[in-house]
Amino acid sequence: MSAVSDTLDATPKSRGPWATALRRLLRDRAAVAALILFLMVVILCLLAPAYAQWTGTDPFKSTLDAVIKLNGQDVPVMEQSTEGLGLGYTPIGPTWQIGNYFLGADNQGRDVMARLLFGGLNSLFIAGMATVVTLFFATLIGLTAGFFGGIIDTLLSRFLDILWAFPVYLLAISLSIVLITQGLDLGLITIESGSLWLPIFIIGVVYVPYVARPVRGQVLALRESEFVLAAVGLGVPSHRILLRDILPNVSTTLIVFVPIMMALNMITESALSFLSIGVQPPDASWGTIIQDGQTLLYTRPVVALAPGIAIVITVLALNVLGDGLRDALDPRSKIRIGRS
Amino acid sequence: MLLALLQRLGQMVFVMFGISMLVFLIFFATPGADPAARIAGRNATPEVLEAVRKSFGFDQPFYVQYLTMMKKIFITGDLTSFVNRGWKVVPAVMDTVPVTLSLVMGAAVLWVVFSLIIGIVAAATRGSWIDKTLMVLGLIGISMPVYWLGEMLNLITQSRYHDTWMFSWVPPLGYKNFSDDPKGWFLTLVIPWITLSILYIGLYGRVLRAAIVESLQEDYIRTARAKGLSEARILLRHALRTSLVAFVTLFGLDFGALVGGSALLTEVVFGLQGVGKLTYDALLNLDLPIIMTTVLYASFFVVMANAVVDILYMLIDPRVRTA
Repeated sequence: MSAVSDTLDATPKSRGPWATALRRLLRDRAAVAALILFLMVVILCLLAPAYAQWTGTDPFKSTLDAVIKLNGQDVPVMEQSTEGLGLGYTPIGPTWQIGNYFLGADNQGRDVMARLLFGGLNSLFIAGMATVVTLFFATLIGLTAGFFGGIIDTLLSRFLDILWAFPVYLLAISLSIVLITQGLDLGLITIESGSLWLPIFIIGVVYVPYVARPVRGQVLALRESEFVLAAVGLGVPSHRILLRDILPNVSTTLIVFVPIMMALNMITESALSFLSIGVQPPDASWGTIIQDGQTLLYTRPVVALAPGIAIVITVLALNVLGDGLRDALDPRSKIRIGRS
Repeated sequence: MLLALLQRLGQMVFVMFGISMLVFLIFFATPGADPAARIAGRNATPEVLEAVRKSFGFDQPFYVQYLTMMKKIFITGDLTSFVNRGWKVVPAVMDTVPVTLSLVMGAAVLWVVFSLIIGIVAAATRGSWIDKTLMVLGLIGISMPVYWLGEMLNLITQSRYHDTWMFSWVPPLGYKNFSDDPKGWFLTLVIPWITLSILYIGLYGRVLRAAIVESLQEDYIRTARAKGLSEARILLRHALRTSLVAFVTLFGLDFGALVGGSALLTEVVFGLQGVGKLTYDALLNLDLPIIMTTVLYASFFVVMANAVVDILYMLIDPRVRTA
């Protein structure tokens, strides 16, 4: 303790809480490495259109009769099977030549590497936007329930209880199956079936209780704190107290949740897409590519293997980052990674 | 005690009611969703749609449909499927329960045993390379999609290394009844058990380590040290005991959810006809009676598990008993 107070005495101007947290995060080597790894994944996926253009393949169109040059020889992308009646086709395996069916083709003769990059773009987009949806609704519900209390709190909390007791995958699958075929028509907003916004909305909604409950708990405690009671006593309007006094105090919790929810969303999205009720063809995501690879599992395992490894790397990076952020911002919080 | 029990019961009924309402709303009141259109199939004429609506009772008011279905589930028990007319739903669900229970209970044994070992070893060696390695492995376990892990294990045990001494014992995918063939039952379930438990081993191992490390800071641990107790005894008898509170909470929630159908991804990948797989198939066919029954069954397990956790709390942590 004395060392800490010495340094505090030595520095005339104390740093703000955000600067302190940032310094702590940057000192956490694992978290920094995870952040760099995650940014690398994002950048690679952002290069997807450039990659497709460079290789000259269309990762969204069946190309069953394409022929590529491999070591100076012409090789068909879809090889006719020599077994049985000779009717089946086997897609080409990994060539390990960048830009030339690096990871081979899927059962429609499409370049798996190009699809992996495009799919990653969708997976990252859905995971990110669903996190925004979750945090928005969770903050709204958590702040309202915790601050106003009474009947509003009871109603909102019971609603969260119901969502909480509904196994996440069952709820997400129920919503997906109903919405994926027909789309959603809320009067003001219409979401086409097959739009990426459907999985975003569904995944965002099912995880609201995970964030709303801790936020509500925190607001409940803040509501009784002296500075809030003082503000109430002075007659400061509620919305101002919520925005100026309470929201900044729960913001650390919300930030810690960002990478954790993204990791969770990414796994959920891939599971829904794997069950063919997430991202709809011809669009790809890492989940749909794993599903494409299911029929090829024993002949061309790379098709299912590669997107799975991509998910593990990305989710691992996000989880390590989440751990680091929690230690830097809110070390005593009980937020845990990897709830399913 | 009786009051608390009644309160729990009331809460359970409320949550089950809420969940069944939610399911009903999702399938009937979602803007743009029309179950009759789904059942009638693509390009159905308006007359066919009308006939479907009538024969399935979709033309009746919302609350009548809801009450009829509840009566058929809980009182008469003769609810039949929309898609396969005449197929009794309640027995169909009951048939799948043993499969899911076999899967989840076996996996639960694995994940409790291994996460206890990992959590205790990591906490005892905290800061060392053993601790760090275990925690990284746990994190990798958490970060793997369970269905993908299942597929990869299938690839290894069913195809690539199936003919070697290592995995030649792995039977083809599917489920065997315990009463018919206990050995077959065990062998078919080993790989699914491992698949399902990996995530929870990682999760629980990490949670337990964090909880033990935290409780080692507490006053009663200092007292125990002052009494001259051995480090092993302090860890196992004092620190571990309070740390189990977090562990038991998680276990209750996860076990309830898994038995209630959350194991469906594992069931789909390994071709096990359990509750989750049944629900999933019913969802694809929009077979509302089955969905309704399985979801009610699931919520029942989740709420029950929560109640059991509350009781276990009192047994583990003396501080809760007095509070």
